[in-house]
Amino acid sequence: MNFTLTEDRQMMQDSLRRFLTDRYSAERRGALIAAEAGFDRDIWRDLADLGAVAALFGEDQGGFGGAGFDIALVFEELGRAGALEPMMEALIAGGLLAEMGHGDLVARIIAGELIVTLAYLEPDGRYDLSPRTTRLTEDRLSGHKSLVGHAEAADLFLVTALGPEGVTLALVPRGADGLSLTAYPTADGMRAAELRLDATPANTLLTGALPLLERHIARATLACMADTLGAMETAMALTITHLKTRQQFGRPLGKFQVLQHRMADLAIELEQARSAVINAAGQLGTNQEARHISAAKNLMGRTARLMAEEAIQLHGGIGMTAEYALAHFAKRMVMADHKFGDEDHHLARFIALSAT
Amino acid sequence: MDLTYTAEETAFREEVRAFLAEHLPRDLSEKVRLGRPLSKQDHEAWHSILNGRGWLAGNWPKAFGGAEWTATERHIFEEETTRAHAPRIVPFGLTMLGPVLQHFGTKAQQEHFLPRILNGEHWWCQGYSEPGAGSDLASLKTRAVRDGDDYVVTGQKTWTTLGQYANWIFCLVRTDPTAKAQEGISFLLIDMASPGVTVRPIVLLDGGAEVNEVFFHDVRVPVANLVGEENKGWTYAKFLLTHERTNIAGIGFSNAGLETLKRIAHAERDGAGRLIDNPLFAARLARVEIDLMALSTTNLRILSAAARGQAPGADSSMLKVKGTVIRQEINDLTRRALGPMALPFVSEGLEGANDGIAPDYARPVTAQYFNNRKLSIFGGSNEVQRSIIAKQVLGL
Repeated sequence: MNFTLTEDRQMMQDSLRRFLTDRYSAERRGALIAAEAGFDRDIWRDLADLGAVAALFGEDQGGFGGAGFDIALVFEELGRAGALEPMMEALIAGGLLAEMGHGDLVARIIAGELIVTLAYLEPDGRYDLSPRTTRLTEDRLSGHKSLVGHAEAADLFLVTALGPEGVTLALVPRGADGLSLTAYPTADGMRAAELRLDATPANTLLTGALPLLERHIARATLACMADTLGAMETAMALTITHLKTRQQFGRPLGKFQVLQHRMADLAIELEQARSAVINAAGQLGTNQEARHISAAKNLMGRTARLMAEEAIQLHGGIGMTAEYALAHFAKRMVMADHKFGDEDHHLARFIALSAT
Repeated sequence: MDLTYTAEETAFREEVRAFLAEHLPRDLSEKVRLGRPLSKQDHEAWHSILNGRGWLAGNWPKAFGGAEWTATERHIFEEETTRAHAPRIVPFGLTMLGPVLQHFGTKAQQEHFLPRILNGEHWWCQGYSEPGAGSDLASLKTRAVRDGDDYVVTGQKTWTTLGQYANWIFCLVRTDPTAKAQEGISFLLIDMASPGVTVRPIVLLDGGAEVNEVFFHDVRVPVANLVGEENKGWTYAKFLLTHERTNIAGIGFSNAGLETLKRIAHAERDGAGRLIDNPLFAARLARVEIDLMALSTTNLRILSAAARGQAPGADSSMLKVKGTVIRQEINDLTRRALGPMALPFVSEGLEGANDGIAPDYARPVTAQYFNNRKLSIFGGSNEVQRSIIAKQVLGL
């Protein structure tokens, strides 16, 4: 057992943290969220130059990482900084494309030149990975995909559909015939869209794609949890600073024992969250992967809600304001429960997996 | 002990129900049902309808134009209006200031202000909190200096709910900076059209701007607008807060929220079935409903005791804590119920922009979850309420 980062990973963490601290402030983030694009292309290219995207891919895929700990490291820093760039899209779509042998596209994703996004959710499908209504017939896609991340910025859409040979992954370029987007912001400050396809010409990449999809959604779930962990760390730090500086009843709030104890509980839960993410990262790709992902996602759902609600409460009114940095992190960590299955979804899955 | 309603109470319920069926405008109840924001005109229209029936001020004595309802009658009214998706009554004039003026105001103040609260001419807001005075309200710094027949007021209030609609504000101001914190405070009524008053909205994390900062720069306020005695404002403020708290269990809000939650849980698909059939979700929903059933009775017990002449004191702190925890839990379950569809965040400004993104019922849910984090912060945070319970109820 060894819980220290390797030298390479430590360097990546340090440089990412420095870079993102330098580039992201509450004002900058607010301005990006308010703008149409929803993220900063320059920051995205710089992240790619730093190797943050390459860290998500194995050496055989043109990267230099790709393990659970690499994914966790990168996303923890993005969550800690409240970054908005399309790293999740790069991880999922890039990972799928790499395994399907599209190294040319992956190289451009790693370079920050190409944005590909996975469209897999459907209205009324809740957290189901399997397409229910989107169909692929004679190389044409028809259907409605929900919550497609950073869709407006995407060059290519990787779409799941029911084809003649089961669950199929197909590729569609932006601007394709019969493709339309209804874009909107999401509550965590990101951008997404409903994607509608009407006999849209598509390039089939893989049939019988469900096992591959499940594997990559597991990686994305790990990334989402690490992002939440980072956001929790920032919320914790903001709250400690607030309690040390805010004076009421003639002393800093942090001198009230009842608040000290609540902070101590949060500190304990934060370490639990960190360990759950480490468990999930360490088991990624093993036969224990699914059970550990579900264990961690359930725990993250509980602890992130607690952290968000307590951080707001302990801040008082200022914690409710959009202008103050906490607002973004609180929304980010609560809304993570609505991605890749919530607390209850993963509790049920953990129980089912533990029974076998 | 008898949990059944008397014949009179049942008749009153029927009367309220019939009135709502006839007079509650459909467009208003639809907005409330769907969680859409209400405009100032919406609120005013509903107040006017209730005032026409003499039901706007259920808690006021008849002598002041109120309905003088018992605690049970108020409970029935709240249940029925909630069930019918009527707008809530805006509390600042009716629930907060009204009782203060009735107890501590001069006859002239009562005759001038109370009818204007009822007829909607005055929309009041509350000037209590300041940037440096939140939980520790008594540390407030807004100054009022006597100058002839006026006070000159300078300072800043914050978290002023619906201050953007208000034309009057009741304020706690410091009139004696040398006295102990609670003893140098006075209760002033300020016309917001006075020169030197500025209102600035605060955008909250849900994107809405229902609260404001209110700035006072050398604002002249006639001494006639002082309520009660100078430097006794803290007594009136505490009186007002206990009255505010008699409604703060929010039973009606919770009942309405629970109804919406059940509707969504029946509509949302989960696996092969409906979300309501998911045992984990059903258990969460049942627990909060069980808590609410008990709180509803706690609420009535405390309010009935208050009606028998025991002032609604520290007991109402219990209603505030448990009531807000339950409302927040219902908000939390409602966002969970939506699954991924809790994520789209479409501005209310873009009417119709939600089309084809998520079910109609999904639209307000996430914003409400975040917005209602305020419930455990405002009106005396739940931490302050717990301290009151520990000291005043338990004697610790």
